[in-house]
Amino acid sequence: MSKKDAAVELRNITKTFGSVVANENVNLEIYKGEILALLGENGSGKTTLMNMLSGIYFPDSGEISIDGEPVVIKNPRDAFRLGIGMVHQHFKLIDVLTATENIILGLDGKLNIKEATAKIREICDKYGFEVDPNQKIYDMSVSQKQTVEIVKVLFRGAEILILDEPTAVLTPQETEKLFKVLRAMRDDGKAIVIITHKMHEVESLSDRVAVLRHGEYIGDMETKETNAQEMTNMMVGHAVTLNIERPEPVDPKPRIVVKNLTVKNEEGIVKLDDVSFTANSGEILGIAGISGCGQKELLEAIAGLQKAETGSIEYIRSDGSVESLIGKDPLEIADMGVTLSFVPEDRLGMGLVGNMDLADNMMLRSFRRGKSMFTDRKAPAKLAKSVVEELDVVTPNISTPVRRLSGGNVQKILVGREISSSPKVLLTAYAVRGLDINSSYTIYDLINRQKKKGVAVVFVGEDLDVLLQISDRILVLCGGKVSGIVDGRTADKNQVGLMMTKVGGEKNE
Amino acid sequence: MIDLVTFIPRAIGQGIPLLYGCTGEILTEKSGNLNLGIPGVMYVGAISGVIGSFLYENSVGAGNPLNGFLAIMIPMVCSLIGSLIMGLIYCFLTVTLRANQNVTGLAMTTFGVGFGNFFGGSLIKLSGADVPSVALTRTSNFFSVSLPFAKNLGWFGKIFLSYGFLAYLGIVVALIAGYMLKHTRVGLHLRAVGEGPSTADAAGISVSKYKYVATCIGCMIAGLGGLYYVMDYACGVWSNDAFGDRGWLAIALVIFTIWSPNIAIFASILFGGLYIVYLYIPSGIDHMELKELYKMIPYVVTLVVLVITSMRDKKENQPPASLGLSYFREER
Repeated sequence: MSKKDAAVELRNITKTFGSVVANENVNLEIYKGEILALLGENGSGKTTLMNMLSGIYFPDSGEISIDGEPVVIKNPRDAFRLGIGMVHQHFKLIDVLTATENIILGLDGKLNIKEATAKIREICDKYGFEVDPNQKIYDMSVSQKQTVEIVKVLFRGAEILILDEPTAVLTPQETEKLFKVLRAMRDDGKAIVIITHKMHEVESLSDRVAVLRHGEYIGDMETKETNAQEMTNMMVGHAVTLNIERPEPVDPKPRIVVKNLTVKNEEGIVKLDDVSFTANSGEILGIAGISGCGQKELLEAIAGLQKAETGSIEYIRSDGSVESLIGKDPLEIADMGVTLSFVPEDRLGMGLVGNMDLADNMMLRSFRRGKSMFTDRKAPAKLAKSVVEELDVVTPNISTPVRRLSGGNVQKILVGREISSSPKVLLTAYAVRGLDINSSYTIYDLINRQKKKGVAVVFVGEDLDVLLQISDRILVLCGGKVSGIVDGRTADKNQVGLMMTKVGGEKNE
Repeated sequence: MIDLVTFIPRAIGQGIPLLYGCTGEILTEKSGNLNLGIPGVMYVGAISGVIGSFLYENSVGAGNPLNGFLAIMIPMVCSLIGSLIMGLIYCFLTVTLRANQNVTGLAMTTFGVGFGNFFGGSLIKLSGADVPSVALTRTSNFFSVSLPFAKNLGWFGKIFLSYGFLAYLGIVVALIAGYMLKHTRVGLHLRAVGEGPSTADAAGISVSKYKYVATCIGCMIAGLGGLYYVMDYACGVWSNDAFGDRGWLAIALVIFTIWSPNIAIFASILFGGLYIVYLYIPSGIDHMELKELYKMIPYVVTLVVLVITSMRDKKENQPPASLGLSYFREER
């Protein structure tokens, strides 16, 4: 290995938010011409650490050196001047402005859109980006927005590039394209830091990994010399098993029967077209499909949040009596005694109220209970406490607003609340999106426990490997149509992948 | 029918205070601050100018002529300082202390109106007049000087050239604000601060600085609207509560103009016309109480525009995305 030049050195960096320690005495080097993967569980302080490099936060103590020179980064402007650029997990773009306007935002000098546009085209040609500089951000797809973010960083002449979970929202093809660009930039001599939870990405992209745990620096190693198991153990601090168990379904009986369901969205576009399936008790029904193929509408239709055009949704009780769920709102469904839990895709939009604390969020499910006009606050507080304990939620206390927690912890609270009502049906959409590997396995485990209790689980997922490991049966959606239902134990990844892109998949039987 | 040559100048006279208030509030809102204190700011702008000119007139004495330059500059500077202080209070509370903008704004309006009426009442007592008003006719004469040849140009002069300098200044300020927002880097940054402060912050723009400066300049512009109303439109006569609800109308105008100072120029004149159109309905008809309905027109029009812009749902016509929210960098 040739001698490496440290582009950035962090020495004893500490940062606290109130009583929460986000980073404690972190030491880290970032080298030129290298891709460093920064690993850690949710809330282990990866993003906070990188935010201190990009000038968003200011460290409480510690020292940062760039190219060997000690520097003080007080604000993002200082960071740009030092050649540090960060692509944030939640894009920092203004919707109503064009790509060019967003890229030149914050720079000095006379406003010259034409000149800037020309320079942007030049950068795009160099690295092979496809961006229309005059397009408004709100017209762009997620991957286009991300491209704009990267161009923005390059436009400022960044030598040190930080990407915070860049692939969370990309399709596999888009991810591959991004990685190609990142490798090209590495070969160009730039220092690159990538924060990600996906182990196979770490293995295929990075040269070195550094691990944080509970805000502390644990260590680093060459990617070639390690593996997913070792990295995960380092992140979690003890050995974990990376297997998803799949217990045999116990006495499966039809619980939800959907027949010929057709749903249109607000613009009148057909999102679900003639969908029929059965979800059995004690079984996990996986839903696969490219995102936006009707998964959201399907779950919402069952939960009573989405109006159906035609078709029927029936709930079959344990004693065999049948209730129709169609045309009923969630309250009416609950009044019928149908216990249905829904973990929506949009956690802080539909699932929880960000500004309310843990206990109050628990109460969202139970506030109607009780005879007196006053709400019962004790039970939700107790529930919140037990969820925090059982699921290892990292939070200062149960009176912290939910939005202050990291994504994984928010998800644990939501899932914890939903399963606490001991449902008969559990609907989950992208239950592990944005979660670190350990939290993900905790969630899988929780879902499996529900299955063993005889709950009918509908599990919408994006990671095919996981779907194939956890589901008993997999329903594949393609453009709102049922492409097929396959057995999770015998199905093959390629077959499901083909069915996702073409109704029925390849006919090879 | 309505006599346009007399109606239009009156509509413009009514419109100019609205234009100042509206331009000021647009700049403020573009920074993400919803300043509902504008009606109060306009009161303070007006009374500050009145106090300045009252003291100057008294110090010169009744018989002696006023110095034209000082007669204009003293009320102007007093008015600007008064409304600047209002802007600074608002910013300190909402930007530095991150207080709720709506509550702060409403408090500022209550305070501003009370401030105006208190000092207005005091001045009325001091001047010992028989009527409940202070007349600063001598100062007003300087403010309402129109171009000398305007009288010789018939209807053209009457409609376009018969106003005091503050009316033209109002239009120039609106044009400058419109150009600044659209074509300069400062304008781009200001819009970014109002749309996404965390984005602007990450791009190296000082959010607090932009909020402070935009809000304070906005308040100063709005304050001039109050000054114009007293010194030019009302011929230098201050009486308590005479300014009425024009400040609220200015805020309604911001929505009507979909945050564009250029549209504000025409919209404010239109609103000015709608504001006084009830004076021009034929008198002597049976139901004079219907007049009150005409006074509603500006507000009804604003509601209609709100409905239309919401229905069309064009992103550019929506309010700044973080309007009314305070920003704290380390908030998660």
